Amino acid sequence: MRLQGKAWKFGDDINTDIIIPFRFKSRTNDPYELAKYCMYGIDPEFPTKISKGDMIVAGKNFAGGSSREQAAIAIKYAGIAAVIAESFSRIFTRNCFAIGLPILVVKDITKHVKQGDEVEVDVDKLLVRAHGKEMRAEPWPPFLTDILKAGGLQEYYKKHKKFPWE
Amino acid sequence: MQKKDILNDDALTFAEKIINLKNTSKNLLRAGEFAVVNVDLTLAQDSTGPLAIKVLDDLGITRVNDARKILLFLDHTFPAADPKVAALHAMMRAFAFRHGCTLVEGSISHQHVLEKHATPGLLLIGADSHTCQAGCVGAFASGIGSTEIAAIWASGKIWLKVPESYKIDVSGKLRKGVFSRDIILHFIGRVGEDGGNYKSLEWHGDTIKSLSIESRAAICNNAMECGAKNSFVAPDARTRKYLRDAKRKPIAEIFPGKKAEYAKEFDIEADKLEPLVACPNNVDNVKPVNEVEGTPFDQAFIGSSTNGRIEDLLVVARILKGRKIKDCRLIVTPASKHVYEEAISMGLVRIFMDAGAVFTNATCGACVGTHMGVLGPKETCISSSPRNYVGRMGDTTSRVYLASPATVAASALNGKITDPRDYL
Repeated sequence: MRLQGKAWKFGDDINTDIIIPFRFKSRTNDPYELAKYCMYGIDPEFPTKISKGDMIVAGKNFAGGSSREQAAIAIKYAGIAAVIAESFSRIFTRNCFAIGLPILVVKDITKHVKQGDEVEVDVDKLLVRAHGKEMRAEPWPPFLTDILKAGGLQEYYKKHKKFPWE
Repeated sequence: MQKKDILNDDALTFAEKIINLKNTSKNLLRAGEFAVVNVDLTLAQDSTGPLAIKVLDDLGITRVNDARKILLFLDHTFPAADPKVAALHAMMRAFAFRHGCTLVEGSISHQHVLEKHATPGLLLIGADSHTCQAGCVGAFASGIGSTEIAAIWASGKIWLKVPESYKIDVSGKLRKGVFSRDIILHFIGRVGEDGGNYKSLEWHGDTIKSLSIESRAAICNNAMECGAKNSFVAPDARTRKYLRDAKRKPIAEIFPGKKAEYAKEFDIEADKLEPLVACPNNVDNVKPVNEVEGTPFDQAFIGSSTNGRIEDLLVVARILKGRKIKDCRLIVTPASKHVYEEAISMGLVRIFMDAGAVFTNATCGACVGTHMGVLGPKETCISSSPRNYVGRMGDTTSRVYLASPATVAASALNGKITDPRDYL
């Protein structure tokens, strides 16, 4: 899977309360409704600014805090194609694979990518390209990449009629 | 491997032991490796359950693996604050009725689990991050998201990476006015909000042993705020008494091996700790109370899964008794129906009301800025809840200080952040 889009840059410790405040995430199951509040804590206008296919680039500990899957859903359905960060919280990591949102862990990514840069991502090869510089993302275990390749846990189940561990 | 070989293996941490015990394959797994585990119990609440129900519907899954392993809670916004929440509550009631699983209305999941289910050797996975609280009685308890909880409902199993472990040794006697919340605030301040990321935190030492189960729960609950996967206190005499009183039996008492390998080890001298406060806007922005004393605020909140237990309300009552709050509003929200009833029967509610506080039904409420005390623009709150991120408790411009219930109560008497030792 090859992706290309504009980078929207954030710092360290962008937690789930920033990504989508509780009072918005707890009122609906509609992913497009949730998407309207993507990154509300930092910029309520964010969903109107981005184009489909853009990426989020962030520092360490992206999406720490709550288990809310709505954080991953809001990001995906707002149109973000992938999140590249220096590290992710564990529950968010699990949620991204569960819903089929590609995430990549790239050391020092915030040093090499500026706000607005064009970024290319090869999800399968774990490569990120910006400013002609090529960076390697950390590998995921094979069973997680299988889930992502299927499009998420739900899509995996629809295809195989069972979960990966069954 | 035989069960008793795992239990007696001196080289394994608690997390390694319990995951191997629940592992569906026969290889011995160590930290960093992946397991597929049989899950003993799950929980979901009114902001994670509806999404999980939708996933099962979308997948056409009409039967659950074991309804006895599904606990559902209407706790975050209970009673329903608006029609949207009411609709989601209805969805959860319908699901519970269809499958015959337990639905609890009006007790915070983690407090209910502590009162009725948590036991040594339990593997609990919850669609709520503070699920890790149950580790305080020697369980493995960890949070995940809605899609994966639905997958456990359907299959009874989930994948887990065996976490590395940290050993945290807490020694010395807590001084007056210093509580278990201050221990965990100290640790989060020290390692940072991702300092425990993915780790199994094992709490050791004589201070921990001296703590009540409720005080241990506060530590294991708030451990989430440094990114921990799970938090653990070994079962001991206090744990056994707690279970006897609750008429509950352990599944298995599991102890970390004496030669277990830890990624890091920490020492905390509890006798040197002071009352602490996590300042806006991060949980690791921790300062001694004296550094922020005198800071005014609009609202004080005592409650949440972290510190909404009867032990907390007793300390609050001691401080508030015969006194009145000033220059602020104080909201006291017990963590469960049982705590609510106990607070009434022990005469604590009379004390709260005479002091000028509002005493609400049990719910998460103000903790997540959903109802029962939402903060307005530029308002400040001091709270015993677990998180103070931007917009956590209300408007994006509101600010939250986190502290022990004693510090919150003392502060409410002045409308300014106050050292609880002035009143104890």
